[in-house]
Amino acid sequence: MTNFYRDNSDLKFHLDNPLMKRIVELKERNYKIDEKEYYGKDKLAPNEYKPCHFEDAVDSYDQVLEIVGDITGEIIAPNAEGVDLEGARLENNRVHYAAGTVENLNALKQARLMGVTQPRKYGGLNFPTTVYSMMVEMVSRGDASLMNLFGLQDIGETVREFADDETKAKYIPRFASGEATGAMILTEPDAGSDLQAVQLKAHYEESTGLWRLNGVKRFITNGNAELSLVLARTEEGTKDGRGLSMLLYERDDTVQIRRIENKMGIHGSPTCEMVFKNSPAILIGKRKFGLIKYVMSLMNGARLGVSGQAIGIAEAAYREALKYAQEREQFGKIINQFAPVFEILTDMKTKISALRTLYYETARFVDIYKTLEEIEHERALTPEEKNELKQFKRRADFYTPLIKGLSSEACNRIAYDAIQIHGGTGFTKDFPVERLYRDARITSIYEGTTQLQVIAAIKGVTSGLFGEMMDEYTSRKISYDLEFMLKELKVMKKEYESAIEYVESFKDQEYTDFHARRLVEMTGNIIMGHLLLLDAERDQRFKVTTEVFIKKAKAENTDRLLVIKEIEPDFLNNYKELTKI
Amino acid sequence: MAFRIIVLAKQVPDTRNVKEDAMKSDGTVNRAALPAIYNPEDLNALEQALQIKDRMGDAEIIILTMGPPRAADIIRESMYRDADKGYLITDRRFAGADTLATSYVISKAVEKIGNYDLIISGRQAIDGDTAQVGPQTAEKLNIPQITYAEEVVSVEKGKIKIKRRLERGVEVIETALPALVTVHGSAAPCRPKNAKLFMKYKHAKTPTELQTLDDDYINQSVKNKLYLNIEELSVDDLDCEAEKIGLAGSPTKVKKIDSVVLQGKDAKIINDSDTEVKDLMKELITNHTLG
Repeated sequence: MTNFYRDNSDLKFHLDNPLMKRIVELKERNYKIDEKEYYGKDKLAPNEYKPCHFEDAVDSYDQVLEIVGDITGEIIAPNAEGVDLEGARLENNRVHYAAGTVENLNALKQARLMGVTQPRKYGGLNFPTTVYSMMVEMVSRGDASLMNLFGLQDIGETVREFADDETKAKYIPRFASGEATGAMILTEPDAGSDLQAVQLKAHYEESTGLWRLNGVKRFITNGNAELSLVLARTEEGTKDGRGLSMLLYERDDTVQIRRIENKMGIHGSPTCEMVFKNSPAILIGKRKFGLIKYVMSLMNGARLGVSGQAIGIAEAAYREALKYAQEREQFGKIINQFAPVFEILTDMKTKISALRTLYYETARFVDIYKTLEEIEHERALTPEEKNELKQFKRRADFYTPLIKGLSSEACNRIAYDAIQIHGGTGFTKDFPVERLYRDARITSIYEGTTQLQVIAAIKGVTSGLFGEMMDEYTSRKISYDLEFMLKELKVMKKEYESAIEYVESFKDQEYTDFHARRLVEMTGNIIMGHLLLLDAERDQRFKVTTEVFIKKAKAENTDRLLVIKEIEPDFLNNYKELTKI
Repeated sequence: MAFRIIVLAKQVPDTRNVKEDAMKSDGTVNRAALPAIYNPEDLNALEQALQIKDRMGDAEIIILTMGPPRAADIIRESMYRDADKGYLITDRRFAGADTLATSYVISKAVEKIGNYDLIISGRQAIDGDTAQVGPQTAEKLNIPQITYAEEVVSVEKGKIKIKRRLERGVEVIETALPALVTVHGSAAPCRPKNAKLFMKYKHAKTPTELQTLDDDYINQSVKNKLYLNIEELSVDDLDCEAEKIGLAGSPTKVKKIDSVVLQGKDAKIINDSDTEVKDLMKELITNHTLG
């Protein structure tokens, strides 16, 4: 029996994080939720499965994660190869999933895992995002492409955040039961990274009270979904993001799926090109808030999901590499006894631990602010709560692009290295690493490229939020035997400060943009170092991991500082010159 | 009236993951060293029951298991997958039962539950591998039995059609209900546990378990919620004859236990000509492998 939860004790460790107490208390409204109304279809009423106290809730998370561990290890992972080979396909305007994908979704549906974070009154489990994020990681470790369908729970989440009560009661139970899958329909041929350029038109039809959609969308994951959120231009004559609104479209015959992309990886996830012809839709939330508010929220959820996907792929790749290196003999020794091999393996492992701790820290931040936002709809928040909401939202907005950028890039590197460990056999289709390598590639592209994540994260770096986090982390108690690492981190911070001071001294935006990624990566290393150190404080087994990570990260940061100091603003001209047409 | 299905399920030591300490020096199973699991073919049986419930809508699934107090896990695990309730037959006086004594006790419990349409169980348990308890129970209850079931083709009140998996093919047969069906491992695997049902039933307890529970919240909620009570059945509840239960009711006597170590040798490959096959047969008969 392979269980992806029980065989990875890091997950349980993060489930036991001290901040969980506050999260569950908020999520369960002090364990006083009494849901009389129920909109779901299950025979279970909300009150029948609510937790009675903190320990009860965490025990449920733990055991439900074990169920997910079982499904991912026993059903999803064994199906992955078949799903990759068969892929999703388009026939007569209908998308068909691979047989393995159908089986996977069915198991997840039967286990009631398609509305993990939704309130119980809508048929969900009312679990924190942190727990859901663990599921995303496990699902991705089993089959990265399935995460694109499992992770679409964010669509229902966005409906819950912004739709009116009637819409919520009507649609969320369908998401939560798994009866309806979702899609977020944003991208167009000429509006990719720049969503302000979205052109798909929506006009209001007085006679029916519905909106009508007309236009083309492209690169839509699961475009065949039953329920989709569409970003469309409702304000005629506008050209920017302020003319865009969010609409809910239910699948019918008015949309033609013109083709699905023939992709390098994640074959199980259909990527659709869609033509809308007078397709009916209803408005979600307020007009003109589509891009500036709702998509930003939706996108942040999706970015966290892709981070989990990247970490899941990295975990799978690392395990494959480790297994191979422990079995393969050359020159009379198993190959993981050779320094060049064990260096790679150890770097993979420490990198994954570092990313994972940042990933779950981010998820916890999201939990606190989103749940407080939810509570704000029910009652007025106290001044302390308002402050807490604001603080954690800022933190989540900083960490989300940070982890998305860092984890997706690292995941590509780890998949690359996993093939390297395998040598020639890794280049064949006989081992799963080549699939992992192909699946990994998209993570640093979709939901915003790494370059865009850097732009989003640099705000946190320059706004003083990074310093605030540093103060917070250094104020926590560290045991005497770990203090030497805290000192190292302080040196890294000094070095980083000199880097940013140097860059900012030129007051040149293009120059700042040029080095932004280096700056963001430097902060990422310092933050992950601190988080790992706090993990080591809670559990000694992270001590060596932290030591190894900090050693490498410190050297990497020094490297980046050197590049920054070597390449001054004037030198950018050489860069432009060489690639001019 | 709801269609009532009784599923016979057993908690067994996980003999599929046998390590060195799995056997005691006297040749009996060292239960402490092996994790206790849901007998695999009983899970196939539960899935068949659940599919009938899905199809019919108005059906009730009752789990019946026999074992030590910790076998209540089997009932909870079934409830997490949508079984409705369960009975644990537990009493020190049942200890040492072979298949005859076991099927006697089970048939008594089935009679006590009463009013059933179908009894369904796994073909055999991985600890004893006898495949006797199901058929013996059917005989004692004097109802038809269908063994080696792979699929319930159709079912309605009073009638069931079953596809059987046999050595050289399949067979579809129909019988009147009530009947007992034993399910083969080639049947559909059991569905995963349902997260919501897990949370609903995780505090379900037997009276024995409640005695050692010190969480007031949970104690209280079990008392308030009828569905969280797992009933225990003892010798007295079932009105069993003392000489038919436990060691006394078990004619099976173990004469001797041999530890057989199978040694893998090179395979012998022969061509598919009549002479070579004939020669092989001759060789096997001569060395007493056959005949």
